[in-house]
Order: sequence, then structure tokens, then C-alpha cells
Amino acid sequence: MKYRHIKKLALLAAIIISGLASHFSGGMNSYYLQIIIFIGINVTLAVSLNLINGYTGQFSLGHAGFMAIGAYVSAYLSTEHSAVLFKALGTNFFSITLLFVAVLMAGGVAASIAGLIVGVPSLRLKGDYLAIVTLGFGEIIRVLIQNTDAVGGPRGYSGIASYTTLFWTYSVAALTIYIVISLIDSTYGRGFLTVRDDEVAAEAVGINTTRYKVTAFVLGAFFAGVAGGLYAHSTTYINPSGFDFQRSIEIVIMVILGGMGSTAGVAFAAILLTLLLEYLRFVAGYEWLPDLVRRIAQNRVIIYSLVLIALMLLRPQGLFGRLPRRGIPIGGSTKGAKLPANSA
Amino acid sequence: MSATEFFQQLINGLSLGAFYALIALGYTMVYGVLRFINFAHGDVFMIGAFCGYYLTPRLLPHFTGWMIPLGPVAVLILTMVICALLGITIEKLAYRPLRQQPKLTVLITAIGVSLFLEYGGQFVFGADPKSFPELMPDRALPGTGALTITTTQLAAFIVTICLLIALTFIVKRTRLGMAMRAVSNNAAAAALMGVNIDTIVSFTFGLGSALAGAAGILYSLSYPSIDPLMGLLPGIKAFVAAVLGGIGNIPGAAVGGIILGVIETFVAGSAFSTYRDAIAFSLLIVILLFRPAGIFGRSQIEKV
Repeated sequence: MKYRHIKKLALLAAIIISGLASHFSGGMNSYYLQIIIFIGINVTLAVSLNLINGYTGQFSLGHAGFMAIGAYVSAYLSTEHSAVLFKALGTNFFSITLLFVAVLMAGGVAASIAGLIVGVPSLRLKGDYLAIVTLGFGEIIRVLIQNTDAVGGPRGYSGIASYTTLFWTYSVAALTIYIVISLIDSTYGRGFLTVRDDEVAAEAVGINTTRYKVTAFVLGAFFAGVAGGLYAHSTTYINPSGFDFQRSIEIVIMVILGGMGSTAGVAFAAILLTLLLEYLRFVAGYEWLPDLVRRIAQNRVIIYSLVLIALMLLRPQGLFGRLPRRGIPIGGSTKGAKLPANSA
Repeated sequence: MSATEFFQQLINGLSLGAFYALIALGYTMVYGVLRFINFAHGDVFMIGAFCGYYLTPRLLPHFTGWMIPLGPVAVLILTMVICALLGITIEKLAYRPLRQQPKLTVLITAIGVSLFLEYGGQFVFGADPKSFPELMPDRALPGTGALTITTTQLAAFIVTICLLIALTFIVKRTRLGMAMRAVSNNAAAAALMGVNIDTIVSFTFGLGSALAGAAGILYSLSYPSIDPLMGLLPGIKAFVAAVLGGIGNIPGAAVGGIILGVIETFVAGSAFSTYRDAIAFSLLIVILLFRPAGIFGRSQIEKV
């Protein structure tokens, strides 16, 4: 059997399994169910960010912004504008499915338009500049939402219907993984890797680097938007501060931990990190642990930061990543910044 | 907006800009020698504020009689020394081992250090905002008519100007400053001429962090509620100021800080006050799109 058939079969199997799991998850503890759904959403987010950060080498720190757009657009549409659809078709399984797919797509498209807007300046910026600009875009999106009264402003937006199920979450996650892997494996997709490895050389052999960068942003943002939609319809309440810089960092850490440019690694890291952070909540409650350990466990960001620093010092390629060829930085040229190793 | 209101906003903007300028100098100097953005710089600013918080009640009682005015100066200097040591330590532990690595690796480490300082600070100092002790009396200066200029604003101006003069002197007139400029210009060539790069990088980090520490104290005089996450936004905004002036350019950072402070204050005083925090980022995007080298910077040609 050819590789691409295996991929398609795996996708189909994943969707069927998530459908079955969804069907039988009725009696499940709702806390566990929520966590399993969050894992799926985080996998989608991390794999889509990996397309931008890992495969294309454009370091984006604003993924939570795209997620926020998807979450708010889909939540707004499904809450305020679903009456028309339900009036026409009646409230049944079919109309709800139609509505949910439509609002998720709308959220994704809205986010990908934002991705296009972020992608355009990325043509001129590299490395740390791009990181700050994307961070800025994320914050601007958050400030704009905070100032939009139609979606509750700083109070948040509540009363969103709970449509997200295991089936939707994991179908989207599987589809995202499938599309990203297929894209990177295709002849066209190799272009993303050339942009990352050596932009100048890529351009010299006729690769339209501009187009690849924008494509990566648009596609990455689309999936982030869909994940945002799933998130909104899972928690039924969203708040602008839930999509802040820290959320973006969380997704970035998943990508870095898994290894930039390794879809399997990134998906694994997303699962691991989500579980680990939930587990820390329990650790914080264990009476027999020393007080210091419990307090650190409560403050999850300290752990993030230590993981990040340790990883960069000891294994900068992440758990599953491969080291880039020596002397070719991931985030663009070093432009004369190379200092002699032992100048002392 | 009346003329009085305009000048009042201008004064407030200038004093806010002075803080941004002090922080921006650190970004610009580090970028000058290492070509990377020290994400953790804003958090050194926060540590500076907390140094002031803890030092003030311990130091001020020792200064009595004619020495009273020296108390705040002692707090300021000690804070700057502590922050300088912190900056040097961060560079040694986190950034130096990565100097040969891709820039992205260093950037991620810097984000890690920043988060560590913020949330480690929350862990040590507590997450709740603290009120900064009264380092010096804060009252309006007499004789300024309808305008209000406070003593803390005046102090912030004076200290900022003194620090800028001192910095200019160090960079332009001392051997260390000359070495700094040499490394910034061409690190490899400077090393061949016998400049010890490690020393210069440490010195630059120390200098920049000391300025950030001073900014932390001055900022807390005007905005006396401090918390461990207070460095995040001023840090990023100061970075915008550095880019606005032309990153790597020392006078540029000072001018960029002032411009950003004034713009932000005017927006905060207008009908769009809730968009205040988005202004800096919008400005950044506009500069990077139309004049990526900043006001005073020269654009570099990428060589293959």
C-alpha cells in the first residue's frame, strides 16, 4: 500500500474512532471529557502553529490572537444568528451540524483573513522583529475585542451553545495533521522548508518565498480559528484575557518542546503538556508534599519558563526535532552577528 | 483641548517618555553588541521597582539631618547596582552558552528568562500589587500657573538627563565605550583587535540593566502600585521606542521613548483612551513597514 493511501486511511480511521468515542462518551465524567477535548484543541493549535514556526521558520507569537478571532466570530454567529437557520430547518441534528460546521468555517476564514494581514508585514521582517510584531498583532486583536460591546467587551461573552464534542474536536485535529503532513510532503510543500532553511537560496532558484510565507500564515491562522471555535463551543464562555500573550506562549512551548518541524512531536508535546498542567493542579493539592513544591506546582508559568530555558540550553531542537544544518539559523540570517567562540 | 490642557498632557507625556527612553536604551545597547532582543529587559525594570520597594524602608532611616536628600540617591544607586548584577548574571547563565546558536534559540531563551522573572517574582514577592513607599515627597511645584508639575516628575526628568549624559560620556569618551562601539560595528574585527568580547557584552548588559533599574524606581514614584507583571507592557513599549529611534542607535532610543510617551499620553487623554495599549503596537507595525531602520537608523544591506 502506498504511503499516501495509508495517510488517508489513518485520517478516516481517526474520524471514525472519534465519532464512536463521541457516541459512547455520554456517561463520561465531564471533567475528564473537557480535558480530552482541550487536548484535541491544543493539538490542532500546536500543529497549525508548527506550520508557521516550524516548517516555514517564521517565528509567530500571536497564535492566541487568531484563536480569539475564530472563537469570537463563531460564537457570535452561532449565538446571535442561528435563529434564522433553526426557523427554516427546525432544531434537529441536521440543522445543528450544519450550523456548527458553518460557524467553525466562518471563524476559520475570519482568522485566516487576519493571518493574511499579519503575513504581509512578515515578508519584510525576520526572526525577533517578526516575533514582536506578531505578539503586537495578538495584543491588538485582544484590545479590539475588549472594546467591542457586541461581544461583551472585557466582561466576556457567555451563553454560547455547547456544540463541541469529541467527534468534532478530534476530526478537526486529525484533519489538521493530515493536511499539514500532506502539504509538507507534496512537491509544492517542500517550498516551505526551503524558506526556512535558506531564504536567499530559495529565492535564487525561483521559489516565491513571499507566497509561501503568506500561505503558511493564512493556513495556520485558519486552523487556529477553527480551534478557537471549538474552544468557544466547549467552554460556552469566552473572555478576551483568555487569549492573551500567555496563551500564545503556551502554544509556542508545545511546538518548541515537540521539536519545530516535527508534526508528530508537536502533537505529542501538546498532549503531554496539557496533561501535565492538569496534573499539576492535583500536585498543588497533595498535603504530604513540601509547601514549596506545592506552591511551584500552582504557578505553572514558572515551570514553563524553566522548561523553555533548559530545553534551549540542552536540546534546542526539541524532543523530536532535527538540528538544522550548522550555521544556518532557523529564524533568518545572523548578519555578521556571529561572535568568535572563545574570544576571551 | 485648551492650551493649558495641551501643555499638561505634553508634560505628562514627556515624563512617561523618559521612562520608556531609559528602558529603550538597554534594548538598543544589547541589540548593538549582540544583535538580539533581550526579552527579559522589561522584567529587570520590574526588579528595579521591587528593589526600591524593599530598600527604601531599610535605607532611608539611616539618612537624617542634612543627609536626607541623599537617601533617595542611595536607594537609586544601590538598585542600579543590583540590577546591573542581575543583568550580567542573566547574560552569563542563559545567553552566553547560546552565542553560537541560531538567533531564534536565544530569543526563546530570552522569553523563558522573562517568564521566569515575572512568575518567579510572583512566587517570591506575591502576586498582589504593592504600594511603593514614599521615597520623596510628591507634591506640585509652586509657580507653574495652571499647569501641574510634580516633584517626582521633575526628579524623573533630572535623573533621566543625568543618566543620559553619563551614558553618552561612557560610550563616547571611555575605552570601554569605545570597545562597545567597536563590537557593535563589527564583532569579529573588534575581537581581532584585542577587544575582549565577553567583557564588553557583560558590561553592556550591566549598563542597560542599571538604566532599567533606575527607570523602575522613577516609574514607581509616579505610578506607585507595583506588581511582578508590571514590566511586561512598559518593556514591550520601550522596545517599540527603540525600534522607532532606530535599534542599535543610542540617541535614537532616547528620542523614540519621548515620542512614544507623548503620543501615548495624548491618546490616553482622548476619546480613544481604551485603545491606549494598542497604540504602541500599531506604531511598531507602521514603522517596520515603512521605515524599518527607524528614524535615526541606517538600513543594512543583506549580504549573502
